Amino acid sequence: MQLTSDELLRAYRTMKSIREFEERLHAENATGDIPGFIHLYAGQEAIATAVCFDLGTRDHIGSTHRGHGHSIAKGCDIRGMMLEIFGRRAGLCGGKGGSMHIADLDHGMLGANAIVGGAPILAIGAALTSKVRGDRTVAISFTGDGGSNQGTVFEAMNMAVVLKLPCVFVFENNGYGEATGASYAVGAPSIAGRAAAFGMPATAVDGTDFFAVHDAARAGIARARNGEGPSAIEATAVRFHGHFEGDAQRYRARDETANCRRSMDCLSRFRGQVTQSGLVSPGQLELIDAEVLALIDSAVSGARAAAPPAIDDLLTDVYLAY
Amino acid sequence: MATKSYRQALNEALAHEMRRDPDVVIMGEDVAGGAGGTGEVDAYGGPLGVTKGLIHEFGAGRVIDTPITESAIMGMAAGCAMTGLRPVAELMFADFLGVCLDPIYNQAAKFRYMFGGKARTPLVVRTTIGAGFRAAAQHSQSPYHLFTSIPGLKVVLPSNAYDAKGLLIQAIRDDDPVIFLEHKLLYDTVAEVPDEAYVIPFGEAAITRTGKDVTVVAMSRMVHFANEVADRLLAERIAVEVVDPRTTSPLDLDTIIESVSKTGRLVLIDESANRCSVAADIAALVAEHAFTALKAPIRLVLPPHTPVPFAPILEDAYIPGPARLEAAIRSIL
Ligand SMILES: Cc1ncc(C[n+]2csc(CCOP(=O)(O)OP(=O)(O)O)c2C)c(N)n1
Ligand SMILES: [Mg+2]
Repeated sequence: MQLTSDELLRAYRTMKSIREFEERLHAENATGDIPGFIHLYAGQEAIATAVCFDLGTRDHIGSTHRGHGHSIAKGCDIRGMMLEIFGRRAGLCGGKGGSMHIADLDHGMLGANAIVGGAPILAIGAALTSKVRGDRTVAISFTGDGGSNQGTVFEAMNMAVVLKLPCVFVFENNGYGEATGASYAVGAPSIAGRAAAFGMPATAVDGTDFFAVHDAARAGIARARNGEGPSAIEATAVRFHGHFEGDAQRYRARDETANCRRSMDCLSRFRGQVTQSGLVSPGQLELIDAEVLALIDSAVSGARAAAPPAIDDLLTDVYLAY
Repeated sequence: MATKSYRQALNEALAHEMRRDPDVVIMGEDVAGGAGGTGEVDAYGGPLGVTKGLIHEFGAGRVIDTPITESAIMGMAAGCAMTGLRPVAELMFADFLGVCLDPIYNQAAKFRYMFGGKARTPLVVRTTIGAGFRAAAQHSQSPYHLFTSIPGLKVVLPSNAYDAKGLLIQAIRDDDPVIFLEHKLLYDTVAEVPDEAYVIPFGEAAITRTGKDVTVVAMSRMVHFANEVADRLLAERIAVEVVDPRTTSPLDLDTIIESVSKTGRLVLIDESANRCSVAADIAALVAEHAFTALKAPIRLVLPPHTPVPFAPILEDAYIPGPARLEAAIRSIL
């Protein structure tokens, strides 16, 4: 294990924050107080956390409709996110964006994205900015297995190879795009293999293993920073919840999610790995658990108590209001 | 006659036409929903349930779940339409037009004219529109004004379950590309809908309320607001005539002008856009062709020139609604 115990604790805090954030949203959403649609990231925490672990604030990520985990991993303010999801004025986007559009440009977070396949083309733009300015920052795009089939994604990969852009295409294969299985919708035997065919190194990793993802991400990020061009990672995991909150999930075998929670939980795997290594004690993790819980509690109660936007906000942030 | 939902009416229209014509195929994301999963194959039956059950009768060869790849869906639909099939291609949300405009705009819409009348493109794009779903800026738009401006496309906006069935059957039988826009907040509305197949011709407006004082032109969900306001104003002896064009291309301008000639007043309510809206287009046509019939300025009730906001308080203010419509009517009486 190449990480220090402080680093391991940092990784754990991020993963636990994402898990707690999402499980809490699952419960809060059931009260009917969250407007619209939320897509939960629980089950995939190791991927966002490991990929963003070595990124700096000035590096960029582009996310998906399932963006809460990416946002937290990139350092977005958890309270600001919660406020945004509840549609509050003090939210990260002033309540104008909601769950599917959480963005925080000060933290290099180019936005969750409600257009599937939206991130890779934006990420190559951020990568071009880096290349032109020579600032050694990198750009990462997150895309699902379903999104990996989108034309924009293929175009982005080819462009990145042609222009040797400092970016990493991360594909999170959670087995489904909405109700359709990846085994049906992804024609190639692997998403990583298809990315490699564009002319870049591509690795397939177990996305429930933080360390496997981290090794792959570190290599890709280093390559990009050194001006050697793009690379891709396919990380396999599962989503613990439905496509969106409220999804009856009839396309899944009845016991599938329960089994996955038992056998493919990245968080309990990480706990086991780090405590067995002796670098971290269970007590340290429990302390983090309590702190995270308190943070999420206060984020939720803060969001519930906060004011919605003012009606005049409808006509702000546009260049011209009619 | 049985009472049916807009959703069910659409489902029946698809089933009728698939039974009648083996060339009719459905394609889109999760139109069955469940391919390659570990559970049911018809788990979604369309993201909003419109195509539910069709795979059981017509099979996966004709109810085709596609990868998430709208430009290939629309391109494939255009290509199979010009070679003999009658595809009904689903674009889950009209907002996603952004990733698949070319096959619609530069291909399907132009084939017939550009190829000197030699091509037929019997393509239907079924898609959803509308704010009010709390789905924010990229899942709430109503870009039918864009489609209406494209020569070669027919543009259909059913406002109720009865029209939905008759217009969809017409759309499938039509030899031109048709953009069929379903409002998300209408799927659970109900109307009397016959079991058998019937068609509603394009370019024939419906008059949903008759009145002599003011004409309101409304489309899709806005028709319900217009009816509501008309019913309310009747108590004050203000008689509002509500015209639902049902198709914006072709447009039944005759019926609109006939109504305006009677009332002398026109208000339009339109969710599509603030600038270059369908309402603005119809207002210009009325001003051009029936200027002397007008006793008062034309009023437009539109969303602001902004993306659709997320927070409910803002989204509700965004949507052109009954209160603003009523105020606009009163302002010209
Ligand atoms: C262009 C576009 N097409 C379709 C959708 C509807 N949609 C939202 S998420 C989704 C599934 C995405 O699957 P995947 O990429 O595997 O991501 P996951 O949901 O598994 O995280 C679909 C079809 C969309 N938002 N944008
Ligand atoms: Mg997926």
